[in-house]
Amino acid sequence: MTLHEMFLAPVTDYAFMRRALAGCVALATGCAPMGVMLVLRRMSLMGDALSHAVLPGAAIGFIFGGFALPWLAGGGIVAGLLVALLAGLASRFTSLNEDASFAGFYLVSLAIGVVLVSRYGSNVDLIHLLFGSVLAIDNAALYMLATIATLTLLWLAINYRGVILECVDPGYLAVTGGRGSRYHLGLLVLTVLNLVAGFQAMGTLMAVGMMMLPATIARLWADTLAGLLWSAWVAGLVASVVGLLLSYHLNLPSGPAIVLVAGVLYLLSLWLAPHGWLGRRASKTHLQH
Amino acid sequence: MIRLDDVTVCYRKHPAVHHLTGTFTAGGLTAVVGPNGAGKTTLLKAITRQQALTTGTIHVDGDIAYLPQMAELDRQFPLTVSELVLAGAWKRRGGLRALDGEETDRADEALERVGLSGFGQRTIATLSGGQLQRARFARLLVQDTPIILLDEPFNNVDTRTRDTLLAILAHWRAQQRTVAVVVHDMGLAHEHFPETLLLAHEVIAWGDTASTLSEDNLQRAQQMTEYWQNDAPWCARP
Repeated sequence: MTLHEMFLAPVTDYAFMRRALAGCVALATGCAPMGVMLVLRRMSLMGDALSHAVLPGAAIGFIFGGFALPWLAGGGIVAGLLVALLAGLASRFTSLNEDASFAGFYLVSLAIGVVLVSRYGSNVDLIHLLFGSVLAIDNAALYMLATIATLTLLWLAINYRGVILECVDPGYLAVTGGRGSRYHLGLLVLTVLNLVAGFQAMGTLMAVGMMMLPATIARLWADTLAGLLWSAWVAGLVASVVGLLLSYHLNLPSGPAIVLVAGVLYLLSLWLAPHGWLGRRASKTHLQH
Repeated sequence: MIRLDDVTVCYRKHPAVHHLTGTFTAGGLTAVVGPNGAGKTTLLKAITRQQALTTGTIHVDGDIAYLPQMAELDRQFPLTVSELVLAGAWKRRGGLRALDGEETDRADEALERVGLSGFGQRTIATLSGGQLQRARFARLLVQDTPIILLDEPFNNVDTRTRDTLLAILAHWRAQQRTVAVVVHDMGLAHEHFPETLLLAHEVIAWGDTASTLSEDNLQRAQQMTEYWQNDAPWCARP
């Protein structure tokens, strides 16, 4: 296989691969900074929980409208926001903390989702919803991905200082007149939106991988906020492009292929990155001299 | 100036401090002293409106800068020292207005005063405890407020840092700011704070440091805290 056949032909020959590629670039652009924020706020589990919570909504949408985008995405957004709201209320009015109540709600909604799809759809449909398919990215899906990525970047640009401050020193912000809950809510809503964006190509189970893995990889390479955001974006881009090509050549589901590539990057970073194994060892040998 | 009038704050339906009345004056440098669990932090949180009052009122005549205990800061966060210090401009600039030369100059000047010039681009994870406390004081300098409340700022800092910070406190006092500091070390209170509030759920004594920290008063404060358990009746005294 020539390099051209390996890297360029899939994209130049097939329109669906071009759309998938553009979609994944948009997805990485929106998901990478969101993942960085969630990791910094120690909310990784919440991203995971929300990704599962999206499924029953998407399933109900699927029952009514099949794989039509407005139904799937609309259902997913509604279900995700509903679970976020319920978990927030539960933690506020009972003594459960937010993590625990999220875990409770997402398991239930994942179960509802799987039951709904297997009752009313086929196994192939279930696999599509859970693990995604590049073929699902049509023009409408592409517009949605681009819109959500744009919204995410705009919201983060406007609220960046507040979000960071609320993360690093919530007590300070509260006293100085910032409203922390606004940022928390905003991040939850954007997380749901990005997960819904992700599940067309990645599937509901894998969408969160696009958020968390690049952010975790970035943490091993970068020391500063700007460094984190850039390296998470680059990691997301590399994972999605290489993952897409792998899924094309080896006929794999695209979501797991992309997450696997991100996983390989993660392992390499654990080994080679400045804050990984080799980096730590290098600084120790230096101290011994 | 901060005026307390019959302030009671409850924590889980039980008062943590009750019926506090008194004034922190402008130009006054007050040590807030008391046994563990006497309600010192609660008082600061009530003044900064992080705790609702059960009874009474608190009147303040300007913006407040509040330095919580060090533990509230996430030290692993990938923030640079200058970003931390510039956060002091939040009240003036909010989330959107530019951090222009005026603010960065202010931050540089603050870093110089706490002895951290040249540390701006370091991340806070690389700072020692004392250095981080200096950086947090630099943020207070950037905030530039008439009222400053500090919760145990001298815990776990080296003596050189402590002296630098004490010099800043004296300077604030000379500028007629209202400064109240929770202090554990009685010697420190005697030496550097003209006024002291001795707190043990209620005001045991409040005035010039020497007479406030008399043997009698300290003993009474200790008694009060030991007596004050969760099931003690409201406003009871030993």
